[in-house]
Amino acid sequence: MATYLEFIQQNEERDGVRFSWNVWPSSRLEATRMVVPLACLLTPLRERPDLPPVQYEPVLCSRPTCKAVLNPLCQVDYRAKLWACNFCFQRNQFPPAYAGISEVNQPAELMPQFSTIEYIVQRGPQTPLIFLYVVDTCLEEEDLQALKESLQMSLSLLPADALVGLITFGRMIQVHELSCEGISKSYVFRGTKDLTAKQIQDMLGLSRPAVPIQQGRPLQAPEQPVISSRFLQPVHKIDMNLTDLLGELQRDPWPVTQGKRPLRSTGVALSIAVGLLEGTFPNTGARIMLFTGGPPTQGPGMVVGDELKTPIRSWHDIEKDNARFMKKATKHYETLANRTATNGHCIDIYACALDQTGLLEMKCCANLTGGHMVMGDSFNTSLFKQTFQRVFNKGLNGEFRMAFGANLEVKTSRELKIAGAIGPCVSLNVKGPCVSENELGIGGTSQWKICGLDPCTTLAIYFEVVNQHNAPIPQGGRGAVQFVTQYQHSSTQKRIRVTTIARNWADAQSQLQHIEAAFDQEAAAVLMARLGVYRAESEEGPDVLRWLDRQLIRLCQKFGQYNKDDPNSFRLSESFSLYPQFMFHLRRSPFLQVFNNSPDESSYYRHHFARQDLTQSLIMIQPILYAYSFHGPPEPVLLDSSSILPDRILLMDTFFQIVIYLGETIAQWQKAGYQDMPEYENFKHLLQAPLDDAQEILQTRFPMPRYVHTEHGGSQARFLLSKVNPSQTHNNLYAWGQESGAPILTDDVSLQVFMDHLKKLAVSSAA
Amino acid sequence: MSQQGYVTAPPYSQSQPRMGGFSAGFGPPNSSLHYGHYGDPNSSHAAPQPGMSKPTVPLGSSAPLGPLPPGTHQFSQNNFQSGASAAGQQPHRFQSPPPPNNTGPSYPPSSLHSQPASPHTASTSCTTQLANQLNSMQINSYGPSAIQSSHTSSGHPASFQGPQPLPLTQHQMALPPGPQIPPPANNFSGLCAQSSLPNMARQDGIPGSGLPNPNLQQLPGQTPGPGYHPQQGNYGPQMAGSQLSYPGAFPGGPAQLSGPPQKRLDPDSIPSPIQVIENDKSSRGGQIYATNTRGQVPPLVTTDCLIQDQGHASPRYIRCTTYCFPSTSDMAKQARIPLAAVIQPFATVPQNETPLYVVNHGEAGPIRCNRCKAYMCPFMQFIEGGRRYQCGFCNCINDVPPFFFQHLDHIGRRVDHYERPELSLGSYEYVATLDYCRNNKPPNPPAYIFMIDVSYRNINSGLVKLICDELKTLLDKLPREEQEESSAIRVGFVTYNKVLHFFNVKSNLAQPQMMVVSDVGEVFVPLLDGFLVNFQESRSVVNNLLDQIPEMFADTNESETIFAPVIQAGMEALKAAECAGKLFIFHSSLPTAEAPGKLRNRDDKKLLNTDKEKTLFQPQVNSYESLARDCVANGCCVNLFLFPNQYVDIASLGLVTMHTGGTLYKYNNFQLNSDSPQFLTDLRRDIEKKTGFDAIMRVRTSTGFRATDFFGAIYMNNTTDVEMAAVDCDKAVTVEFKHDDKLNEDSGALIQCAVLYTSISGQRRLRIHNIGLNCSTQLADVYKTCETDALINFFAKSAFKAILSQPLKAVREILVSQTAHMLACYRKNCASPSAVSQLILPDAMKVLPVYVNCLLKSSVLTGRPEIPTDERAYHRQLVMSMGVADTQLFFYPQLLPIHNLDLKSDAVPAAVRCSEERLSEGGAFILANGLSMFLWLGVSTPPELIQGLFNVPSFAHISTEATLLPDLANTYSKKIKSIVEHIQNQKPYTMKLMIVKQREQPEMLFRQFLVEDKSIHGGASYVDFLCCVHKEICQLLN
Repeated sequence: MATYLEFIQQNEERDGVRFSWNVWPSSRLEATRMVVPLACLLTPLRERPDLPPVQYEPVLCSRPTCKAVLNPLCQVDYRAKLWACNFCFQRNQFPPAYAGISEVNQPAELMPQFSTIEYIVQRGPQTPLIFLYVVDTCLEEEDLQALKESLQMSLSLLPADALVGLITFGRMIQVHELSCEGISKSYVFRGTKDLTAKQIQDMLGLSRPAVPIQQGRPLQAPEQPVISSRFLQPVHKIDMNLTDLLGELQRDPWPVTQGKRPLRSTGVALSIAVGLLEGTFPNTGARIMLFTGGPPTQGPGMVVGDELKTPIRSWHDIEKDNARFMKKATKHYETLANRTATNGHCIDIYACALDQTGLLEMKCCANLTGGHMVMGDSFNTSLFKQTFQRVFNKGLNGEFRMAFGANLEVKTSRELKIAGAIGPCVSLNVKGPCVSENELGIGGTSQWKICGLDPCTTLAIYFEVVNQHNAPIPQGGRGAVQFVTQYQHSSTQKRIRVTTIARNWADAQSQLQHIEAAFDQEAAAVLMARLGVYRAESEEGPDVLRWLDRQLIRLCQKFGQYNKDDPNSFRLSESFSLYPQFMFHLRRSPFLQVFNNSPDESSYYRHHFARQDLTQSLIMIQPILYAYSFHGPPEPVLLDSSSILPDRILLMDTFFQIVIYLGETIAQWQKAGYQDMPEYENFKHLLQAPLDDAQEILQTRFPMPRYVHTEHGGSQARFLLSKVNPSQTHNNLYAWGQESGAPILTDDVSLQVFMDHLKKLAVSSAA
Repeated sequence: MSQQGYVTAPPYSQSQPRMGGFSAGFGPPNSSLHYGHYGDPNSSHAAPQPGMSKPTVPLGSSAPLGPLPPGTHQFSQNNFQSGASAAGQQPHRFQSPPPPNNTGPSYPPSSLHSQPASPHTASTSCTTQLANQLNSMQINSYGPSAIQSSHTSSGHPASFQGPQPLPLTQHQMALPPGPQIPPPANNFSGLCAQSSLPNMARQDGIPGSGLPNPNLQQLPGQTPGPGYHPQQGNYGPQMAGSQLSYPGAFPGGPAQLSGPPQKRLDPDSIPSPIQVIENDKSSRGGQIYATNTRGQVPPLVTTDCLIQDQGHASPRYIRCTTYCFPSTSDMAKQARIPLAAVIQPFATVPQNETPLYVVNHGEAGPIRCNRCKAYMCPFMQFIEGGRRYQCGFCNCINDVPPFFFQHLDHIGRRVDHYERPELSLGSYEYVATLDYCRNNKPPNPPAYIFMIDVSYRNINSGLVKLICDELKTLLDKLPREEQEESSAIRVGFVTYNKVLHFFNVKSNLAQPQMMVVSDVGEVFVPLLDGFLVNFQESRSVVNNLLDQIPEMFADTNESETIFAPVIQAGMEALKAAECAGKLFIFHSSLPTAEAPGKLRNRDDKKLLNTDKEKTLFQPQVNSYESLARDCVANGCCVNLFLFPNQYVDIASLGLVTMHTGGTLYKYNNFQLNSDSPQFLTDLRRDIEKKTGFDAIMRVRTSTGFRATDFFGAIYMNNTTDVEMAAVDCDKAVTVEFKHDDKLNEDSGALIQCAVLYTSISGQRRLRIHNIGLNCSTQLADVYKTCETDALINFFAKSAFKAILSQPLKAVREILVSQTAHMLACYRKNCASPSAVSQLILPDAMKVLPVYVNCLLKSSVLTGRPEIPTDERAYHRQLVMSMGVADTQLFFYPQLLPIHNLDLKSDAVPAAVRCSEERLSEGGAFILANGLSMFLWLGVSTPPELIQGLFNVPSFAHISTEATLLPDLANTYSKKIKSIVEHIQNQKPYTMKLMIVKQREQPEMLFRQFLVEDKSIHGGASYVDFLCCVHKEICQLLN
C-alpha cells in the first residue's frame, strides 16, 4: 500500500473529499479524544474530465428513510439480481433495466473507479440561466464607464439563450424593460421603502399572468419567459438593445451636496431583484449580480448615513456597540439572502470602492446563496475587470464553471452521524436518523442547499462517531459516507453527482498509530480553521483564539511524544508536524484578527475562506513565499522575516495578494538600471522570473488577487512584513546578531516563542 | 334698534382660514361676530328656524321706523353719532318719535337737503316710474295698511311676537280681492308650510318639469306663435309664491297680481340692466378715465374706455362694492352693504394702456413703512423737507432712506414725484430682493408639467393624440418676458393611468426614456435631470416623445385611473427642481384605482334640498385638502382639463385646482370633431397666459378698517396672507372689509394690495396696487357710489362659499333678505319721502334685484335633480375666482340680435334683455355667458341671413351639429364672426357655439339663460322677484 499521503491525494482527485482522519476511531469516546473532529472537506463539483456523466436515473435504496444510491460498496447478488444497501442493509431488487447485469457486465455505478458518478436526469423544465445585473449608478464617471464596458463585454460571454435583466440604482431603483422598441422604459422604485415580493410583482405588473402559469401548469416551460419577457430577455435577442441601454446609462442624476455621500439604495435594489426573480423564476438557476461602488446610504439595508462627517462603522465601533445601522441592515440582507436561497438563486456582490461598502452587512447574501464576493478599489482596475470576466470562464470541457440550485444530501452508515456543514450553503432542515444532536457549523440537517457553486466550491462537513465503546465494530469493518448532490448544470441539465467513500475503523486504544498515521494535517488545519472562523462570526475574537489554542494543546498532549514537564523532550510525528505552524499562522490571519482590517475586509476574507478548496485555504492560512536569487533556482522559503534578504526577490502569495518584493540590493540595482544593460541580462531575467510566476497565478485565481510590486523600504512592503513570522523584531534584533533578514516592527510573538509555549503547555502535567 | 336686525356683517363671511373648515365654518358660535345672520347665535331667534326668524327681525325692529321715511335720515345721523354707546336704548328713542312724525309722507322731497343733487335727480325719474308701475300692480294698497299696522305695532314695541301676526293679517285683510286671499290664519303656518309649496306650485306651473332631462323637457305653455306671450304674464304671478322660496313671500300676494282687473307690469318699465349698461357706455365709453380722484366711481365693467393711472389702481385691477365707505361700523351695519374689493392683480390691460412700471431699488429693496410694512406709494406724505414720510396706512413717521431722498416743492410734493412710479401711480412693480425669496435663494424659472391620462378612454377618443400634436406647436408659445428671446419656462411630461410614467427628455438623449412609477401609494419623482427641460434645447427629443405617446399606449386596455398621486407627483417634481410651476392635467374619469385620493361615485340626488346637500360640494376624502396645502406650499398650481362622460366628482377633483389658483376646464362628452377647437383654444390660452407664480398677497388698509375675509382661488394659512401657487390674469380675489373704528372723512379709506410673486422669467417681484376710497357719514354717499357688478361678485362668492356649510335654503334666504335690507335702508334713510308702497331703488343699485335674482337662479343655488351635481360644483368653482366682468356676464348673459345688423359699421349691436319676449320669430340672436354661446334662430329667420351664415338655402337645412360658423366670404358671415370673436375676446373660457333652432328641443337649454324669465328649474322671473323684494322691503319698513 502506498503512503497515506498518496492515498489522500488519490482520494481527493477521484472524489474531491479530504477527511481529517482517514482511519476512524471506532467509538464515540475515542473520537472525542482525538480533539480534531472527524470531518471532511468536500468539493462536490470537482472537475473530473475523465468522468463522463451517465444518462440515466440513479438506483435508490427502497427503504424510504434511506434512499441511498447504488454504489460500488454495495453487496450485489448477480444471480438473484439483488443488491444490499451498504447504509441500511436493505436488500433491493434491481430495476428491470438492470436485468442483464453480471460480474462481467456491471453498470458504471458498481465499478470501484466510479466511487463518484454523475447522472444526467430529465426532471422538470429546462429553463435558461438567468443573469440579473443590479448596477449602482452612484459612481465616478470613470468607474461607471469601466463598469459599463465590463457589463457590455459580459453580454458576449453569456450563454446565448441565457435570460438577462438589468436593474440600476442610486437614489431610486430602475428596473429596465428590455423588450421595448423606441422609448426605453423602466419601472422606478423609491429607495427608501421596502416592498414585499407581492408588491414588487404588482408594481411591475407581473402578478396576474404569473399565478396560473406558475402553479397550474408548471411543466409548460416555454410560456414562462413570456411572463417576464419585459424584464428578462434572452441575450441573443436583446444584446444590441442592452448594449445601447448600458451605453446610455448615466450617473445617478440626483445632486450630491458637499459633505454628503450619494444616496444609494442598495438594500431596496437587491430586494427588488430578489422579488422579481422570486415571482417569475423560482427554483431555476439565476444569478443576481450586484455591482456597487459604495455603502448603502438610505432605506432598508442602509449601512451609513449620507453625512460624510460620520464615517462608516469600524471594528472599534462594532465592539463599542456604536454601529447604528449594522443590526438592522444585517437583518434586512439576511432576510433577503434566505429568500433568495429558498428560491434557489444566488447573489454575487462586486463591490469596488476605496472605502468600505457594507460587505459586513451584505455578506450573508453571498455566503448563504453561494454567490461570489469581489472587493476592489475601483471598477476601473484590472482586478475587477479580470475577475468579472472570470465569472464566465469555461471549464476544461467547454462548460461554464457554474452550477445552480444544488441540493447536497449526506448519508452515513449507522456508526456515524452528521454534525453540520460550513460553507456557502443553507440548511434544508431535513432531520433524519443520521443527524447528530451536536451541531458543528450549520447542523441539524442532512441536506443543504447551495444555490450557486463552481468546481472549486468546498464545504466542510463534520461528523460525529456515535458507536458506543462497548459495541466494537468487527475487524475490517468500514464506515461509509455518501454525498448526493443534485444540481442544475450550466447547460441547464439537471444532474446528480454521487460520491460514496468508505474508511476503515480502528480501535483507538490498540491501533492509535494507524489512526495517527492516517491523520491529514492539512485537511485538519482547514477544518479547524473553518470552525474557528465560523465561531468568530458570532463570538469575540479572543475567545476563539483561546479555543483554538486549547484544541492545539490538547492535540499535542494526545499525539505528542514527551516526558511529562520536559518541554525539550516534546516530539510530534511527521503526520502532525506542520499542524502547529498552521495554527500559528491562522491565529495571525485576517480571518481571526480584525486589527488593521475593516469589517468589510474581514467579511471578504472570511467569505472566501469558507468556500475555497483545501489548497487555496492553506495558502490563505499560511501564505507561500518563493525566493529568487542568483544563488540558485527559485525556491520556496520559510514565511519568516529571516527570508527577507537584500539580494533576493521574494514572491508571496496570500491568495488575496500577490506580492513581489525586491530586496534592498536588488532594488538598488534596478534603480541603477542594470537590467537595461546588455551585459546584465541575467539580472533582467531574474527580475522577470517572479513576474512570470505571478502572472501564472493571476491568470487562474478567482477572484483575481491584488498585485503588489514593491521593494525594500517601500510602503507596500507592509503586505509582506505583516505576513512573515516575526522572528526578528526590534526587540530581539541585536540578540540575533547580524545574521540576516529584516526586522519586523511588531510586538507579535514569533513562531519560535509560540512553539516554546506550546511545548511547555503540552508537557505540563498541570494541564 | 336691535343689532341683530341690521348686522351688516358679511352674511357668509367666515374668517377661518383653514381649509378643512367647511363644516366648522358656520355652526359653532365661537366666532359669531363674523357669521352675521347665518346662524348668528346672538340673534334672538333660533338659528335652526331661519324660516320663522326672517319676518320677526324686520318687523320687530323696523316697524317703528316704517312711517318715517324722510325723517329717518336725520334721525339715523343723530343716532349714529351718539348712539354707538347707547345701543340698547335705541329702540326706545325711536319709538317715541313716531307719533309726531306720522305725517311724514307729506314731507317734501327737498327735505333731503344735505344730499348732493346730481345723481339723486337722475335716480328719481327712474324710481318714480317704477313706483307708478308698481302702483298699477296695486301693491300700493299695502300703503295705508302698512301705516296702520305700524301704528298698531308701535303700540307693542317691547314684544317681538305680539305685533307680528297682527300687521300681517291686516295686510291681508286690506287686500281688495277677498276670495283669492289664502286662509288668513296664521302667517307662521304659511311660512312653515312654505317648504312644501314649491313642489305644488311647480306642478301647477310646469307640469312637465318632473322629467329628468331638462333638455328634453317641453314646456306645456310654450305653444308656438304669439299666443305665448300673454300666457307668460299669467305664469308669473302664479309661480311667484312657489318660486320665491323664502319666507318673505306672501302666499297670497301673487294671487293678487293675477287678478283680472289689473294690468300686467310692463317689463320695459322696470329697471333694465341693458339700459344701465348702454347709458354708461354712452356717457363714459371711449373716454379717458383718469384715476386721479379718491373715491371716484369708475365706469361699468361693460364699458370700454381708456384708463389712465394717476395715483389709484385701475378698476381693471381693483373694483370696490362702494367707493365711499360709511364712517362708522354702525352705519355699515345699518346699510348692510358689503364693503368689499374685487382684486384682479394680474388683470390684462389693453394694448393702449401703459403696462406696469418696474421699480428697482437694487440691494436696498422696496421701501416700506417700519410699522405696518406698507410699501412706498402715493399715499405716503413726505414731511420735514423730504427727510421723513408719514405712512398713509398707519400714520407712522419713517425716515426716508438716504438714497431715496428728494427735496419737496412748494406744495410739499417731492420734486421727483412724476419720475417715480411708486410716488405717482396706483399700480407698479418692485423688483424683490433675496429677503423676499424662498430660502433666501433667487428662484428658478417656473416649469410647466403636462400630465396626460392615457387610459383606454382617452386613447380611444383620440384625445391623447390631439394633445400631443397640439403641444408640439404650443410649446413654442410659452410665455416669456417681453425683452427675452425665448421662454425661461421648462417643461416636463408625465402620462398615467393606474401608474405614472415620467419621461426623461434630456437634450443629449437620442430617444426619450420612460420611467414608470407604480408605487402610487407613496408617489415620488424618479428623475431630476432630464425631466424638466428647455423646449428649445430638447425639441427633437420632446417631439419624438409626443409622437410616440399615442402609439405607445395605442393598445392599452387600462381603464382605471388615479388622480391624487398625479398631482402629488407633479408637486414633488417641482419641489425637487426647486421651482414653482403649473401642472396641466388632462383627465377624464373618476379615479377608482387603488391609490390615495381614490373616489367612489357618491352623487346622490336624494341629498338635494337637505342639510346634507352641502357635502356634495365638499371633497369626498380629506387627502385632497392636504394635497392642496402641500401644493400651495411648494408653488405648484394645478390646471385641470376634464373630459367626463359621467360623474367625476368635481368637488373633490377640483379642490386642489381651486386652492392653487389653477383653472378648471370641463368638456362633457368630449367629441374630437366638435369639441377640439374649444379645448385647444382653452389650452393655448392657458399656456400663453401671463402668470405670477408662488404668489402671496397681502391687503393692507388704513386705520379704522381691515380686510376680514377673502374669496377666490386661494389658500389661506393664516388670516392675513393670501397664498396662491399661481395667479393669472383672470383670477380675482374678493376681499371683504370691516370696520375696526371710525373712519376719518378727510383721510378716507386707503387700500394697498401687494402681491409677491415669481415672474415667468424667474424673477421675484412685488406687484403693488393702491386705491383710495372716500368715507362719509352720509348713507346717501355710500349708496351713491355703489357698484352693483362688484356687489354681485361679492354676493356670488360669499354665497358659493357658504353653501359648503349652510343649507341651500338658508343661503338663498340670506341673499334675498340682505338685498331687501340694503334697499330698505336706502328707502328709509336716503330716498325722498313717498308712499311706503312705492318701490324706490337707489340709482346705483337699480339693477341689483335682477342680478340677485340671476344669482339665485344659478345652477349652484338651485338644488334640482335635473342639474348634474358636477355642473354645479364646476360653476361654483369657476365663479369663486371670477372677476367682476366675468361674473356680470356669467349671471346676466349677453343677448345680441344679429338679424338687423348694420353691416357697414364695425360696432357690435346693442344687447337686449335676456327675456323670451325680446326674441322674435324673424330674428337671430347670439347669447353668451362666458362659458357657452348660443346662436338662436327664429323659425322665420330671413333666408338671406341663413344663406349668408350657413350657406344653406333654408331654416330647415341648418345643421345644429356644427360648433363653428363656416368661413364664408360674405358680409353677414364676416360681420357675425367678428361679433363672435369680439364676445370671446378676453374671456377666460372658450365658449362652444351651439346652434339652437326655435321650437326644437335644444331650445330648452338655451331658455335657461333667459334670466329675466322664470326658469324651468323653478327660478322666479324678474318681475316676480322684484315684487317679492318689494314686499320684503315693505315689511322691513313697516
